[in-house]
Amino acid sequence: MKTLKPIIDRYELRFSGSGGQGLITAAVVFADAAGTYDGRYVCQTQSYGPEARGGKSKAEVVLSNSPIDYPKSLNLDLLLAMNQAACDAYFFDLNADGLLLVDSTLVDQYPTSRIIAIPFTEIAKEELGREVVANMVALGAVGRLCERVDLNNLEKALLSRVPKGTESLNSKALQRGIEEAEKINLAELPRSIINEEEEV
Amino acid sequence: MMFNQESRRLLLQGNEAIAHGALAAGCRFFAGYPITPATEIAELMAAELPKVDGTFIQMEDEIASMAAIIGASLTGVKSMTATSGPGFSLMQENLGYACIAEVPCVVVNVMRGGPSTGLPTCPSQGDVQMARWGTHGDHPVIVLATSSVSDSFSITVKAFNLSEQYRVPVILLSDEVVAHTRECVQLPEQKTIRVVDRIRPSVPPDWYKPYEGDTRGVPHMAAFGDGYRHHVTGLVHDEYGFPTQRPSEVLQFQQRLTKKITRGFADIMITRGFMLEDAEVAVIAYGSVARSALKAVEDARKQGVKAGLLQLITLFPFPRSQVTPVLEQCRAVLVPEMNMGQISREVQRVNQNRCVVAKHNRIDGQFITPNEIHGHLIKL
Repeated sequence: MKTLKPIIDRYELRFSGSGGQGLITAAVVFADAAGTYDGRYVCQTQSYGPEARGGKSKAEVVLSNSPIDYPKSLNLDLLLAMNQAACDAYFFDLNADGLLLVDSTLVDQYPTSRIIAIPFTEIAKEELGREVVANMVALGAVGRLCERVDLNNLEKALLSRVPKGTESLNSKALQRGIEEAEKINLAELPRSIINEEEEV
Repeated sequence: MMFNQESRRLLLQGNEAIAHGALAAGCRFFAGYPITPATEIAELMAAELPKVDGTFIQMEDEIASMAAIIGASLTGVKSMTATSGPGFSLMQENLGYACIAEVPCVVVNVMRGGPSTGLPTCPSQGDVQMARWGTHGDHPVIVLATSSVSDSFSITVKAFNLSEQYRVPVILLSDEVVAHTRECVQLPEQKTIRVVDRIRPSVPPDWYKPYEGDTRGVPHMAAFGDGYRHHVTGLVHDEYGFPTQRPSEVLQFQQRLTKKITRGFADIMITRGFMLEDAEVAVIAYGSVARSALKAVEDARKQGVKAGLLQLITLFPFPRSQVTPVLEQCRAVLVPEMNMGQISREVQRVNQNRCVVAKHNRIDGQFITPNEIHGHLIKL
């Protein structure tokens, strides 16, 4: 395991898509790994509509090395968009050097060149045989790319929260996400030309 | 760094922390009806109560839920229900019964956007005055507000303790943000938690006057089945618990109800101060908004603005003794709320024109951000 990158003040992630895609579950597992197992301060929040499925759904995780006052995101460092509507709605909440991660199965219009597109749903459906674990493929990729959570702990947290009998499927899904993310070279991503500090 | 789960470090929602707090305080009866965003409290109580010989009942509605916890409490069992605005409306009639019959119980209202079914999944603080005055008649009640997961645990314990100490319903206000935010908390060990129980009669049953106040104005409470036969009614009653209309007895009863709370002000009124020592402007906030306010105040401090925060844990009785010094010290205070100004009117009432009281209100179902408060604060 590579050493984790430091967190200055806050590190904020948002998992977004539509209700039923398991985004809140993914965020809870992430928060559990970073909070309970890694020992950081975490706040995990969510907003969703009154529908059981469909409608907008988003879940956030704020990480910090000190107690967190405002529990929601202020300036996103990582945005996962699992459909086009979420990508369009939330892209501009991401800071200029933040990471945009989309499910290329369901997102085809990219708002930026600084993007990481992985077909989470397709991988889940075609390779793993269950579309329902697309969230866990995405979680693996998020975990690997953000470099702020211990991946072993991420798997531990995942296994402690999934229904009995689905451990190996979920674990496989997480590993596939991590593998896909390994192929991405973050240093090669386009970056904001003007340094954030000078932007004002 | 690695924390194992044995040390009871848990990732919990605010709602789950309320349920854990209730269990730690000795709650052994829960009756309720599911409603977003309060349902997780019932879910956890349903799972945990049977393990500690407690009882969980899903009732047919919130009217019955309130009635059930009053009945359970009268048998000597600490009781709680949890709901949101629409259910809280239905509970008001029986809440008055708990006030007049002096039945300790805890009612959690996880506030969502209203009125009516309103915005089920959105946060609000629209039920603050309702918590105080929702049931009819002059009545004593204690209203507390929680702002975080760890608070949700400890303030629930406090709610039960106050309820038992004063024989009064305690209303615990949470909101959708606090309820559904997950944070890691280290729950304290049971043996370290101060738990308060109602005083039971020690006189022989024949001498027992069920509604005679002790020196604190609080009657000692026998449980049904203990052998202390007594009458419980929603009518104004004498010391024996039977209805009366004699002005002298009515007056004595009503005054005792109010005074038992007034006498405990110092114990009941809980607030938290942040950076208030040299503050020239201050935010007065409660519930989830207090968290946004803390961030706003910290940001203002970084710019050299002498800002502070007074967080209200107790909303009613309104903590005048802690609010007044802030009003005397500061040139202006800001009261941000997810309603049209239900606590700012209390602040204005106490203020009596000492300083500027500014409001910041949001009623669109969205959480107030630190930036909004900060922007308003630095202009004061």
